[in-house]
Amino acid sequence: MRPMAQIAMVMNLDKCIGCHTCSVTCKQAWTNRSGMEYVWFNNVETRPGQGYPRRYEDQERWRGGWELNRRGALKLKAGGRLRKLAGIFSNPELPEIKDYYEPWTYDYKNLTDAPLGDDFPVAQPISQLDGKPMKIEWSSNWDDNLAGAPAHGDLDPMVEQARRQASDKVRFEFEQTFMFYLPRICEHCLNPSCVASCPSGAMYKRAEDGIVLVDQDRCRGWRMCVTGCPYKKVYFNHRTGKAEKCTLCYPRVEVGLPTVCSETCVGRLRYLGVILYDADKVTAAASVRSERDLYEAQLDVFLDPEDSGVRRACEEAGIPYDWLEAARRSPVHALISKYRVALPLHPEYRTMPMVWYIPPLSPVVDALSETGHDGEDAGNLFGAIDSLRIPLEYLAELFTAGDVGPVRSSLEKLAAMRSHMRAVNLGEEPDPSVPAAVGMGVYEIEQMYRLLAIAKYEDRYVIPTAAVGDARRLEESALPQGCSLDYDGGPGMGGDGPFGQDSGRKLLPLMPVENFHILRRRQTADDPAHTTPTADTEEA
Amino acid sequence: MTTLLWGVLPYVTLALLVAGLAWRHRYDKFGWTTRSSQVYESRLLNIASPAFHYGILFVLVGHLVGLFIPTSWTDAVGVNERTYHLFSLYGGTAAGIVTVGGIALLIYRRRTRAPVFRATTVNDKLMYLVLVAAIVLGMVAKLSHTSGNGYDYRQSIAPWARSLFTLSPDPDLMAGVPVLYQVHAVFGMALIALVPYTRLVHMFSAPVQYLFRPYVVYRSRDPEQLGPRPERRGWERAGS
Repeated sequence: MRPMAQIAMVMNLDKCIGCHTCSVTCKQAWTNRSGMEYVWFNNVETRPGQGYPRRYEDQERWRGGWELNRRGALKLKAGGRLRKLAGIFSNPELPEIKDYYEPWTYDYKNLTDAPLGDDFPVAQPISQLDGKPMKIEWSSNWDDNLAGAPAHGDLDPMVEQARRQASDKVRFEFEQTFMFYLPRICEHCLNPSCVASCPSGAMYKRAEDGIVLVDQDRCRGWRMCVTGCPYKKVYFNHRTGKAEKCTLCYPRVEVGLPTVCSETCVGRLRYLGVILYDADKVTAAASVRSERDLYEAQLDVFLDPEDSGVRRACEEAGIPYDWLEAARRSPVHALISKYRVALPLHPEYRTMPMVWYIPPLSPVVDALSETGHDGEDAGNLFGAIDSLRIPLEYLAELFTAGDVGPVRSSLEKLAAMRSHMRAVNLGEEPDPSVPAAVGMGVYEIEQMYRLLAIAKYEDRYVIPTAAVGDARRLEESALPQGCSLDYDGGPGMGGDGPFGQDSGRKLLPLMPVENFHILRRRQTADDPAHTTPTADTEEA
Repeated sequence: MTTLLWGVLPYVTLALLVAGLAWRHRYDKFGWTTRSSQVYESRLLNIASPAFHYGILFVLVGHLVGLFIPTSWTDAVGVNERTYHLFSLYGGTAAGIVTVGGIALLIYRRRTRAPVFRATTVNDKLMYLVLVAAIVLGMVAKLSHTSGNGYDYRQSIAPWARSLFTLSPDPDLMAGVPVLYQVHAVFGMALIALVPYTRLVHMFSAPVQYLFRPYVVYRSRDPEQLGPRPERRGWERAGS
């Protein structure tokens, strides 16, 4: 076991109102520079929709992520090392800026400087790529709120796949259609294909907190990471010629603050916390044969912070104590592993993403209420989940590689929570069979309610700081080596020499009680069993 | 003049190359990139760029063979002058045509595609000028001496080139060389000297280590860099 810690995120799609505050604040903080006009580290897509860049989920076209080769081993979908180097002079699978959208500004000067005339002056849109007047035809959220869906909705790759399973359920006629919002940032994957694609070795996963970053001094602009990322969340800065991506706001996270997108989220739907995982199991889990088993396989990679064996292994691996405590209180761990309501986005890309989503439930309540049923009665709710306005099949294409089982189970838990809390709030006798039907206890479901509905700031963001983790080491380095009185002829004279307590000439005892190695082991052992000299002597 | 061109200039070139690379590595790692324009235009680049790069790599190998493998070595393995000349003529010309075709298409693309042209700096234009001149002059020199066994540069230019590296330069070897070859050599040296100061520097970051490293790279936080640090190139304050 090689335990590692990762800062992960969960988003509760039930609460996303598509206000784009996260996108705008992120843009202001990180990508309001020239060369990055078209870049949104955080974007909010209306689903169904083509997404940003357009149809990025069509991996037959863009070749992102991993696939299994004939022997069942992981291989980059865009080709292995030799193929990458042979094709380094151009990247046939690289999206152009126009696949995202052509960035523009407006000719504002014309509003004040236009000569007097009969017509009002206008500010023409000007392309930021070539500086010429342009026609605005697309942007990062051009199909917001299903705009154009009757004509273009079929272009959503997930719509195509969901229709293969349930052809009658995905419709775009106004009365029959459905939608929800999907905010997306970099997934900070456990098995990142962008890192694996980088020929220069400039991209890396940070060992302390799992954040995936680009070393700007090492990036040489080969652009393979843009292709490698199936979520298309690594961007090419066309001014500097280097790759840039979401940093999970690491300067904020290091001091215990949530990311900008989380901090400013109006719906308070984002959760940040520590997840412990076993790095040795990642490759095996990512190479599970069936795509539908990838969700369970990833759950198996995560470690339970309450388990004493895990805690000991973490301590031995150098994970600081306050990170372990944060992992115990982690809302992300609770939503993913304990309540199992959060699901990964596109596990079939085999990158083991670490930004998970709670699927949206809301419309089912409205739909039931409209038909005269009690929208929050458990019996009605469970039955209705299969006939949701948002088809289970579509959600399953997004979150579980097409397996509706985990999506249904997650939605049923949310429905049970609503039903239970309704009874509590109306002063009725809560029916314990409702939580039991979804495999949860009354206490558990009320805890989940606290986390999801009350969603206090300190419950949503449990972020250990980098500094506290380093404090002990820093403290040690600030202290002088050895005693200050321990100089030649001083009162503390006679301490250990430079080679340790047992080196050099010794008068007594004649037989060494501890040799150098035993001493060193005793001084550095974490486990009390190893600190008694007798036990060590026996081992030695 | 002979001493200046063929005894001093090569060392100036080499000094500029080495000093430039060291300076760039020390002070401008952030600017060390291919500055790819593929995100603006992909279709033409997908044809032109591999053609040019593979062509120029083959040309480079040809130059290394021609200049640094003495005639005695090729004779020893039984390659006579005629065979060598024909191989060099046809191989070199084929590679040259691919290279010239590639760079012609690249320049056409750079001029006609507005975003690409807008991203072209003065530095790029100077670099293109010297690069194209060096390539075209080389082709002209080679193709204007095709009769018989062609111009046997392996008796003059090649020993001169080798003498530079043994630190006993012999500029007189270059005195009788045809003017076209001389001009090509000067432009070649100018190109080599320009490499570290232009985008051509990306040739020195050919990512061979990619073949040997694990796929997923882990790195620890630099403990020196907790807390604020001076602003660095590329991360200046917005609006500045």
